[in-house]
Amino acid sequence: MTDELLFWVFSILVCGGAIAVVATQNVVRMAFWLVVSLGSVAALFFLLHADFLGAAQLLIYVGGTVVLLVFGVMLTASGPYVQIRTSPAEMIFGATVGGGLFFVLFSSIGWVDWVSLSARLPATPAIPAASDYAQESRAGQQVTVAGSSSPAAELDAQQQQGRTIRQLGLGFLGLRPDRNLKEGGTRGLAPGYLLPFEIISIHLLVVLIGASYLARAKRRVDRNESRGLG
Amino acid sequence: MGGVGLGPYLMVGAVLFVCGVVCMATKRNAIGVLMGVELVLNGANVNFAAFSRYTSLGLDGQTTALFVIVLAAAEAAVALAIALNFYNNHLTIDVDSGNELHG
Repeated sequence: MTDELLFWVFSILVCGGAIAVVATQNVVRMAFWLVVSLGSVAALFFLLHADFLGAAQLLIYVGGTVVLLVFGVMLTASGPYVQIRTSPAEMIFGATVGGGLFFVLFSSIGWVDWVSLSARLPATPAIPAASDYAQESRAGQQVTVAGSSSPAAELDAQQQQGRTIRQLGLGFLGLRPDRNLKEGGTRGLAPGYLLPFEIISIHLLVVLIGASYLARAKRRVDRNESRGLG
Repeated sequence: MGGVGLGPYLMVGAVLFVCGVVCMATKRNAIGVLMGVELVLNGANVNFAAFSRYTSLGLDGQTTALFVIVLAAAEAAVALAIALNFYNNHLTIDVDSGNELHG
């Protein structure tokens, strides 16, 4: 019940923030609404039991990328009251096309039967840490409160699942403890994400070096000369 | 299962995606276009996390969403450097004035 209430609150914040980003013409206000929308997306990640993903969203997106965008806004501001406006005809055309696209997505999401499709997937537990945590919590509860009811502990564990940091870290190191390749095979564990992790690390390093090279301080173009050319 | 199910999360992802696409198409400020890209990537991330939660795919969705977050950070850095260069050369950030390669 609380989950559903929180979901509706944060999804309204996400959608409202996104629509306000589109509707606002001032770039700084757009950045503010983007912060609202991305922060609420992080809250949705927490509701989806993806705790590390939500924390990474808050730290990298809201703390890093949006601050980078705000710096971009400040460094490229040509005047305090200069706004680059979109013409109303373009806005109406864009809204029409966007409405059509949303209708297509909405109807296709509604028509697909996700339950029967997900039943065709190989049956592994969604986040198998939950069962481990249930046993762990049940054992802990038996130690602390002797003779306590185990269904209550299981329910508690069901509500508190989502400790995904260890699984994600092992997955990035090339291990998948949550997924077996084959029952009783010699190679029991499925391969993880070591190679994509290395590739994305080198990619990020190269990209940041290139970005700092591109954005280094250069001699500014003379303002009058550029005006005369333009 | 618990929670609201898969469909509402996919709806939120669809709203984010459409808002991002409209933002990319209609904004004339280059920074606004970048914000549209961020919205689109976040819509995809919501879908990844929802599928990771409500199907038996396990942690694959969350791992992919983390990769998407890192790629979005890299993309924002490069695009911002390009926007700064553009501003240095044109003294405006309006993407309509970037038609030098126009034949």
